[in-house]
This record gives sequence, structure tokens and C-alpha cells, in this order.
Amino acid sequence: MTAYDYWSIVQGSFTTVGVSLIGILLGVPLGLGLALLRWARIPFIRQVCYLYVSIVRSCPAVTLILLIYFGLPQFGLSLDPLAAALIALSLTAAAFSCEIWRSSLLAFDRQQYDAALAFGMPAWLRVWRIVLPQVWQSSLPGLVNEMTMLIKSSPAIAVIGLVEITRAAQRVGARTYDPLPPLMFGMCLYLVIIFVLVRAQRRLERKPAGQEVRV
Amino acid sequence: MSPDDFVIVWQQYPAIWAGFLNTVTLLVFAGSTSLVLGIVLVPMLMSKKAVIHRSIGFYCECMRCVPFLLLVYLIYFGLPTFGIQLSNWVAGFIALIIYNSAYMAIILRAAWRDIPNETIEAGKAFGLHGSKLLIRIVMPLMLMRSTPVIGNQMTQILKDSAFLGIIAVSELTAVMNAIQATHFIPFASFLSAVLLYWLICLVIEFVTLIFIRYAEVRRA
Repeated sequence: MTAYDYWSIVQGSFTTVGVSLIGILLGVPLGLGLALLRWARIPFIRQVCYLYVSIVRSCPAVTLILLIYFGLPQFGLSLDPLAAALIALSLTAAAFSCEIWRSSLLAFDRQQYDAALAFGMPAWLRVWRIVLPQVWQSSLPGLVNEMTMLIKSSPAIAVIGLVEITRAAQRVGARTYDPLPPLMFGMCLYLVIIFVLVRAQRRLERKPAGQEVRV
Repeated sequence: MSPDDFVIVWQQYPAIWAGFLNTVTLLVFAGSTSLVLGIVLVPMLMSKKAVIHRSIGFYCECMRCVPFLLLVYLIYFGLPTFGIQLSNWVAGFIALIIYNSAYMAIILRAAWRDIPNETIEAGKAFGLHGSKLLIRIVMPLMLMRSTPVIGNQMTQILKDSAFLGIIAVSELTAVMNAIQATHFIPFASFLSAVLLYWLICLVIEFVTLIFIRYAEVRRA
């Protein structure tokens, strides 16, 4: 393996992190929207949200990406691989983060919401000023965990030709006829990325409770 | 894309059925084996000897940090360097089992740590110790408490198994990919795959629910 081979795998890690990061940045607000829709208990929409979350959560990343990349052009929507990968990852992130948001919404003390109602706050202000700041705190560790899950499922984007860590490593291996060193190097890159995220998650979880008492 | 596409896809039902069965086989076999291996690994993770719990802990952390596809590549393409050549099916099974045993062990360890100390001490007071304490007191409680999470992990195994199509294991996604490539009907065939995966997940959820009910009855 030459220095250039190592560099190409490191470049792959930029794709891995970049695509996962954009996926989560797009997916988390979407998931919050879905969770709020379910929380609002609107009859029909609620079932639709549930169905969406249930199907996407059970769908393998590879299958979803193939569906989007090869299936959408049948409706006249031609996508380049990067866009298809981003759509697929953010759809997954939306479904998973919806569950995270929902569990912290369920843990949320509804009395505070009612108190805000008594003060005459409009609905959006109640969500923005009362619900979100608290729910955000309690779901942050789960969301970081979701980011590691997304990075672990990101090699699926290799099937539509994007060069991320796993594919870059495999390409180097196919060229040098010695697949072990590049794969081990790729593994080390993943270890570093995910180790950083797990550390961040532990720090967030350790954050002392009681901040919400501040009046 | 027209509704006829779905008719064309489902005319291939022998192939789809074979792929579906392969996926279910992968899930059931790898899932049960990794659960058993997880049960075997937990006492080592909780061992008082630092060498044992450090090394097993290191293995579990490694598996937690590595994507499944990379492990598949390591086993399928990397092991031949050491003269070990595996067929794609064997490599797939081994990868699924190695990867998910670590997860199972981590899940079960969390449940073990959750068991109240009083229960274990009561067991000791009744004269149980060593393996008997483990089998009679710790294991049943641990398994019952972690049932929902184990169910989740089974879903994860199902989703991981889709990666094996890349090394030409003919599971559901690979079969659907072949159908879509022959008839040029990608949307209908992959949507069918997604719905079939969903069906399997619903069954997993249902089975988990039965176990949860059983656990609740036993605890009452």
C-alpha cells in the first residue's frame, strides 16, 4: 500500500462522515415533525406516521437505497448517487429519531404544557418555549447514538457507487491483491470516528440533571 | 411505473419465495446462535478476572464500532490471506454470528447489572453459588428483562443480512435486485422487498410480545 492508497481511504472517511452528518441534520427535524404529529393525536395522520416509522425502521439500508436510486427514475425523478444516498439516510434518520423524540415527549410532564395553555400561549409558542428545550435535553444522547447507527449503516451507499471508507478500502485491496491491510486501516478509521461519538454521548449522558429546575 | 409491474414481480414467486426463505434462515439461525453465544459470553464479561472481562469487553466494543459490511469483507476477502477460504454462505453466517454475539452480550450485561442485588443475595442465602446461582437466578431474570431489546437486535440482524447480497448470498434483496435487472421494474420489486422485510419484522415483534407477556406473568 502506498501513501496515496491510505489517503484515498481517508478521503472515503470524509464521504462517510459528511453523508451521515447531512443525513442526520436533515432527518432529525423531520423526525421531530413526525413525533409532534403523533403527539398531537390527529386521527388519520397519526396512523400514517406510525406506518411510515414502522416500515422504514424495519427496512434494510441497502434495500431502501436501491429502491430510491433505481425506483424513483421510474417516476421521472433522476437522481445522482449522492442525492439518493442523502435522501435514503435522512429518511432512515427521520424514522429512528422520531422514536427518540417520541419517547422523550412521552416522558415530558404534560402539566407544564397545560400550564402554558393557562397562560394563553399559542400552540407553536408552547412547543417552542416549553416543550422543545426540555425534550431536546433528554433526547440528545439518543440522537448521538443514532448518528453512530447511521455511520454503521453508511457502507450501504457503496452499492450505488459512492466511495466511502469500506468501498475505498475494498478498491485498494482489489488493486493490490492484498485486501487485509486496507480493510484493517478502514476499520481503524471507523473505530476513531465512532469512539469520538461514543465519548460525546457519554459526556452528554453524564450532564447533571436539575438544570430544568432553574426558574 | 404501472400496477402491472407488481404482477410481473410476483410472477417470479418461486425465486422470491426462495430468497425470502434464505433471509428467514439467516435470521433464525444466526439470531439463535448469537443469542446462545451471547449467553455464554456474559459471565465472562462480568468475570472478576480483569484479563477475561477486558479482552471480551474489547471484542464487544470493537464489534460495536465497526460496520457490518466491513466485517463481512474482512472475513470473506481478508481471511484467504491466512489460507482460510470460506464460501459466501459460510462467511455470511460467521460474520452475522460474530457481529451479533457481541451485541447480545452487551444487551444481556446491561440486564444483568439491572438485577437488584437483593435477589442475588437471597439466592446465595439459599445456598446457591457458582453455576447454579447463574442458571437458576441470574439467567432467567436477565433473559426476561432483556426480551424487548433482544427483539430489537433480531430486527437488526434481519437488516444486516441484506448486506450479504453484496457477497452474492441469494437473500431477499439480492433476488429482488436480480428480478429488477431482468425486467427493468426497480420500483415494484424493491417495494415488494421492503414490504416483505416489514412482514418479517412484524412477526419478530409479535413473537417478542408473547415472550414479554410470559415474562410479566412469571414475575407476577
